[in-house]
Amino acid sequence: MSEVLMDIQNLAKHFVIDTNFLGKPVSVLKAVDGVSFSINQGEAFGLVGESGCGKTTLGKILVNLYRPTNGKLIFEGKDLTGLNEEQRRSYCKDIQMIFQDPYASLNPKMTIGDIIAEPIIINGLLPRNQVEERVIYLLNCVGLARHQRNRYPHEFSGGQRQRVGIARALAVEPKLIVCDEPVSALDVSIQAQVLNLLSDLKEEFGLTYLFIAHGLNVVKHISDRVGVMYLGKLVEIAPKKELYSNPLHPYTQALLSAIPVINPEKKMERIILEGDVPSPINPPAGCRFSSRCFKAQEKCKLSEPIFKEVSPGHLVACHLFE
Amino acid sequence: MLLEVKNLTTEFKLKRGIVKAVDDISFTIDKGEILAIVGESGSGKSVTSLSIMGLLQNPGRISGGQILYKSQDLSKLSKKELQKLRGNQISMIFQEPMTSLNPVWRIKDQIMESIMLHMKLSKKEALARTIEMLETVGIPSAAQRANDYPHQMSGGMRQRVMTAMALACDPELLIADEPTTALDVTIQAQILELIYQMREKFHMAVMLITHDLGVVSEAADRVIVMYCGKIMEEADVKTLFNHPMHPYTIGLMQSIPQIDDDSDKRLYMIKGMVPNPLDMPKGCPFSDRCDQSMERCTQEMPQLQDLGGHKVRCFLYDAKEGGSK
Repeated sequence: MSEVLMDIQNLAKHFVIDTNFLGKPVSVLKAVDGVSFSINQGEAFGLVGESGCGKTTLGKILVNLYRPTNGKLIFEGKDLTGLNEEQRRSYCKDIQMIFQDPYASLNPKMTIGDIIAEPIIINGLLPRNQVEERVIYLLNCVGLARHQRNRYPHEFSGGQRQRVGIARALAVEPKLIVCDEPVSALDVSIQAQVLNLLSDLKEEFGLTYLFIAHGLNVVKHISDRVGVMYLGKLVEIAPKKELYSNPLHPYTQALLSAIPVINPEKKMERIILEGDVPSPINPPAGCRFSSRCFKAQEKCKLSEPIFKEVSPGHLVACHLFE
Repeated sequence: MLLEVKNLTTEFKLKRGIVKAVDDISFTIDKGEILAIVGESGSGKSVTSLSIMGLLQNPGRISGGQILYKSQDLSKLSKKELQKLRGNQISMIFQEPMTSLNPVWRIKDQIMESIMLHMKLSKKEALARTIEMLETVGIPSAAQRANDYPHQMSGGMRQRVMTAMALACDPELLIADEPTTALDVTIQAQILELIYQMREKFHMAVMLITHDLGVVSEAADRVIVMYCGKIMEEADVKTLFNHPMHPYTIGLMQSIPQIDDDSDKRLYMIKGMVPNPLDMPKGCPFSDRCDQSMERCTQEMPQLQDLGGHKVRCFLYDAKEGGSK
């Protein structure tokens, strides 16, 4: 197995919703609640789940937009959570993020060239006179032209803006890129362009991705291993082929069966889940999926299943496999 | 035939010129049929539905063609006459369940409003009907939830409320504009299942507008593929997915990562992007992105031709050319 780049240990992020008059928290939203997995050097790790499962929060912890409540982030053998603000910041350039909404994640008052140059200048990566050359190089890498350097974000389409966001992330030569739903705001024909671009760049620059998405087909296309999240917890991790051909957790099975198949002849046997995702403020006791699970037993409501390996590389948290 | 749209053209008059968002399109929907209209942003699929509903905002206007609902031209009706039909015989589910409900009204009042208006029921009867509808769309403890305000509900719940509202007066035609786009896959499956059941139960026709070919393949009977305000291809769902003809349709299908595909090959890409509506290519609107573009494609507009029920707008299949395929 290849080297571990980022080891996430028991990571948690709790948001305090309400406090009493002494400032003691009375209502806590556990967005990420004890998640452990590792991302290997050079792989694309896909993270799927529905809205509110905490996948974006997890990504933001990795790029230091949130401080974790608990747990450790071991990046290249060094614990990032133990560092002070200044030391932590020196690792920021190694871990970059591509955001979901290409309309909101670029500063409308800056030209795209300046947007890409900014991280290079702030991190002092290059002498000033070489920055411009690098910006043009990055623009070319993501399929934009030199003459577009001085244009503003509003002059670009969604797909092009996402390319600018990718160039900005690449500018500081990161080792790990957190891609947070990079194609879900784009049209189908543009999605394919951006996905291919991300695959090419991964090869070219030897990047590692944490690829967050709710579209299971997109995750399957790009990832090597996939983790499934539900209400702040990981329920299953497996190599891509294993997960899609042999999903063990009932939630993964339901997710996979809910995807419409592009073949009118083949109507899949569909598992329709009842109800909505429960609120993460008061998650169900025991297994968090028990309230919607079609295989729930008595003990699922009482005790929380342990996340354990059932076959090499295939981990699942479900009482059915204990 | 329930609805017949004939040569509909909808224009937006802008300072920089006139944009034909919908350009001379014709199609029909039969009773009990689910017709899907697929296209990317800017293809004119939503404007088509707004034109039918008479909900176009300035500067948009219908500049030509007819919208015949039971042989009655909707585009010629007065506001009052249209209001009688809308929400009653024809109703619509909008894309954004978050913004299409009135935030300061209780759910039940929003649904009761149209029931009382169209079905001439008393308040008590209308409330009973409202709760019945909420139960039909699968809202648990409907009688209590009816007193909720929209913000107290999740996205999937709100989309159900929208659906209940649209179905409350037993419409004969339901226009669903991206009804599941804002929802998670497990909730999407629930809503699609619901629309399907309602069709079976009430035999209503559905015009399903979406960009998701997966949803189309699951739900539709017949499909129209739109691009830049024009119909590029039309066929029944099996024919379209088994034998797509237009290069745009083929490209769309190939560019989606397939869940049952295990190879790691690169995705097919449609190059470039949708042209600026103020600066359309001469000839076929897809010609500048098409792999099989010929000289002729950049010069003249191909006609939508009917090849035995499968309609396609492309010179590759032009009889006069003796098209090779």
